[in-house]
Amino acid sequence: MPNHQIDPNKWIDSYSDYLFNFTISRVNDRDLAKDLVQETFFAGLKSMKNFKGEASERTWLISILKRKIIDYYRKINSNKGKAEVRMNYNSSSESEGDWLEERVADPFDKTAEDSLENEELGDAIYNCLGKLPEKQATVFKMKTIEGIDTETICNELNITASNLWVIIHRARTTMASCMEKNWF
Amino acid sequence: MCTKMKINKACEKANHVCDKSQYKEATLLEKLKLMLHLVFCRACRNYSSTNKKLTTTIKDAKVDCMHKNEKEALKESLEKAIQEQQHQP
Repeated sequence: MPNHQIDPNKWIDSYSDYLFNFTISRVNDRDLAKDLVQETFFAGLKSMKNFKGEASERTWLISILKRKIIDYYRKINSNKGKAEVRMNYNSSSESEGDWLEERVADPFDKTAEDSLENEELGDAIYNCLGKLPEKQATVFKMKTIEGIDTETICNELNITASNLWVIIHRARTTMASCMEKNWF
Repeated sequence: MCTKMKINKACEKANHVCDKSQYKEATLLEKLKLMLHLVFCRACRNYSSTNKKLTTTIKDAKVDCMHKNEKEALKESLEKAIQEQQHQP
């Protein structure tokens, strides 16, 4: 007996931000992330019959998206790998200019561990955002993540400024306690 | 107004300014009043520190989301695809 139902009409509202953030933290290109998310939704739509309902819709879509990201890297590496010329300009045989500073580890450079932690943090934030009521999540995203100013949000959502701050306060309180449990 | 109600009102206002200052929308006077309130109120001090922590965490995570117009375009194309799929035999 399947536990989860599939409803593609709700995919954009429910999962697009989560999938987009998941993708952009792995490919670092906004347009490409949008394309991959779109491809994921289309692929999900095509293979809807294969959804058994054992996992949640989001988990199922993420598994498709992961495939898409792997395919993307496989594709660029096969093209790039053939054409790439590796220049090792700091070899010991070179007598002039061995760019010593290039050999020193950059303390501000992001390590794989840092980016992995960042990806996990992003996932944790989106998991907590998923627990907020829809309106709170929308306002919080617009204000905190997109950085849209108060007036624009009020006009767009047809709410007063004081209403917005009440929503923000409730969202921040819920987010903080959720992050406290899952991250801090 | 009883003292308890006055305290609640002051804390409510302090929390509101604290929220506003996370988005750099609090005025200097509001911030000064908040700092003064935080000296005496432990509950608001806790709220303020958690609030700041949340802001820093979200900033560090560099989370991103789709803009409204991008979502609408995606929604439109997905709806089209859903309809096409429904019409297929």
